[in-house]
Amino acid sequence: MKVLVPVKRVIDYNVKVRVRPDGTGVDLANVKMSMNPFDEIAVEEAIRLKEKGAAEEIVAVSIGVRQAQETLRTALAMGADRAILIVATDDVHQDIEPLAVAKLLAKVVEAEKPGLVIMGKQAIDNDMNATGQMLAAILGWPQATFAGEVTIEGDHALVTREVDGGLQTIRVRLPAVVTADLRLNEPRYASLPNIMKAKKKPLEEKTPADFGVDVSPRLTVLKTREPEGRKAGIKVKSVDELVEKLKEAGVI
Amino acid sequence: MAVLLFAEVTDGHLGRDATAKALTGARKLGPVTVLCAGARASAAAEEAAKLSGVEKVLCAEDPSLGHRLAEPTAALIAELARDYTHIVAPATTDAKNVMPRVAALLDVMILPDVIAIIDADTFERPIYAGNAIQTVKSSDPKKVITLRTTAFEAAPEGGNAPIETVPVPADPGLSAWVEDKVAASDRPELTSARIVVSGGRGVGSEENFKLIERLADKLGAAVGASRAAVDSGYAPNDWQVGQTGKVVAPELYIAIGISGAIQHLAGMKDSKIIVAINKDEEAPIFQVADYGLVADLFQAVPELEKKLG
Ligand SMILES: Cc1cc2nc3c(=O)[nH]c(=O)nc-3n(C[C@H](O)[C@H](O)[C@H](O)COP(=O)(O)OP(=O)(O)OC[C@H]3O[C@@H](n4cnc5c(N)ncnc54)[C@H](O)[C@@H]3O)c2cc1C
Repeated sequence: MKVLVPVKRVIDYNVKVRVRPDGTGVDLANVKMSMNPFDEIAVEEAIRLKEKGAAEEIVAVSIGVRQAQETLRTALAMGADRAILIVATDDVHQDIEPLAVAKLLAKVVEAEKPGLVIMGKQAIDNDMNATGQMLAAILGWPQATFAGEVTIEGDHALVTREVDGGLQTIRVRLPAVVTADLRLNEPRYASLPNIMKAKKKPLEEKTPADFGVDVSPRLTVLKTREPEGRKAGIKVKSVDELVEKLKEAGVI
Repeated sequence: MAVLLFAEVTDGHLGRDATAKALTGARKLGPVTVLCAGARASAAAEEAAKLSGVEKVLCAEDPSLGHRLAEPTAALIAELARDYTHIVAPATTDAKNVMPRVAALLDVMILPDVIAIIDADTFERPIYAGNAIQTVKSSDPKKVITLRTTAFEAAPEGGNAPIETVPVPADPGLSAWVEDKVAASDRPELTSARIVVSGGRGVGSEENFKLIERLADKLGAAVGASRAAVDSGYAPNDWQVGQTGKVVAPELYIAIGISGAIQHLAGMKDSKIIVAINKDEEAPIFQVADYGLVADLFQAVPELEKKLG
């Protein structure tokens, strides 16, 4: 089975994001960028499936700016076999919407015919939590979102999902789309030799036009602002003082 | 304009709090029809009909809808969507699973986690774990929206809407439910509790987490946890508060042994009053806390429990 793993280049999760003073967005110039943490988990899961013999080939795909090459090289260094980059914009501040990404991925799926697509449940920049579900809809495939555990059983996958009420286990027919939650695994670090080897692995470059997909946005961003800040509070000296303050505030 | 609100229904019961909050948001967009779907949904439909401001309730009952599997549920909603301009749901894990699929079936973008409705096309939503708020205008003919429940007050009772049964499309049979692992609890629900007591990695073990639970029970509070506490096995996954867990905004949030990473703050910084107990006075949680207590939690928490009388 071939596994397709879409990965996104986003602001590193440790970076404190800053809203541009003119309200046009978040500052992305000279900021550390990394692979979306949920996608790292998806790549790791694909590699583990390959190590267990449940997958033969792992193809990583990224859609965005040309710099997403680096993100794909990270996936290759972790253990993906080859990569496809779809350069959809040259503006680092333009986010390609989940619907457009899903349409492009659907075309890649048509060409590559994977038995499984595994991807992050959400990107930590736009926090949309949508691309996997949209891809599954377009393909008419089943979806298993927010996966905390994945087992391949012949032509089905058994997936335990993290949901509001606890855990739900479902069985989906393959091919399917699985989206990774945080506790699915702990991604490995790429070793130096593997980083060197990754430089020689194939990375194919495409554009949305190659697939005949229109990526123009459906949503126009009118404004980006800082959230309302909280006023600085006080330090209390003792538990007694804390209880007193909470009683004054009328919350206990 | 007409709005279809996909109600939260779990095992035949209406998720009243989430649905009533989303109803308040949905009503800003037009007259609201509520959809209750499930293997059993009639009791939920009856309850939804009593919410004030509901025009009509649609009840869809079929075994295929029993466990909120995305494929049959999204097919049903996409079918019904023909008659509506806005398809809305509370931003629960069920809706986050189903609604983007609905949007793609309709070839429109999803508007997730909306916190404010500016007009019929324009919405505010948080991005970057709540570190920025974006105003977006949709050019799509239909809007598919999830509403963050902490941003809306629950609609009261007092309605008496008619209930209609709707046909359910054939089950595509792509997925099947196997089992649920749900911990039963007498505590209030995390997302609607008036008080939440949360523990982090500082609590140290599953055994020690009882300290947090005892304090919560004394206060009649729900229990929350940081990701680190869940990852370490001190607390179950459905207690996680944050960017990828639950978003809460209680009157009182008590963070114990939690450092205050942005991903945690994303889930609780709209709480009315925040208390932090942490032994490190430099911990970032103190920057958002109204009352900070620099102390060892193993002394402070039992003392607090005792002094609450
Ligand atoms: C993509 C992504 C998504 C994430 N989503 C979430 C999320 O949804 N929710 C979430 O919570 N995190 C999330 N995280 C993780 C987040 O970045 C932090 O790692 C996590 O919140 C830390 O948890 P903590 O505060 O319990 O642990 P730590 O940061 O280790 O803090 C423990 C605190 O306990 C204090 N302490 C220790 N012992 C004592 C004692 N005896 N008495 C008093 N205080 C003590 C310490 O001073 C310290 O401040 C996410 C991370 C990523 C990358």
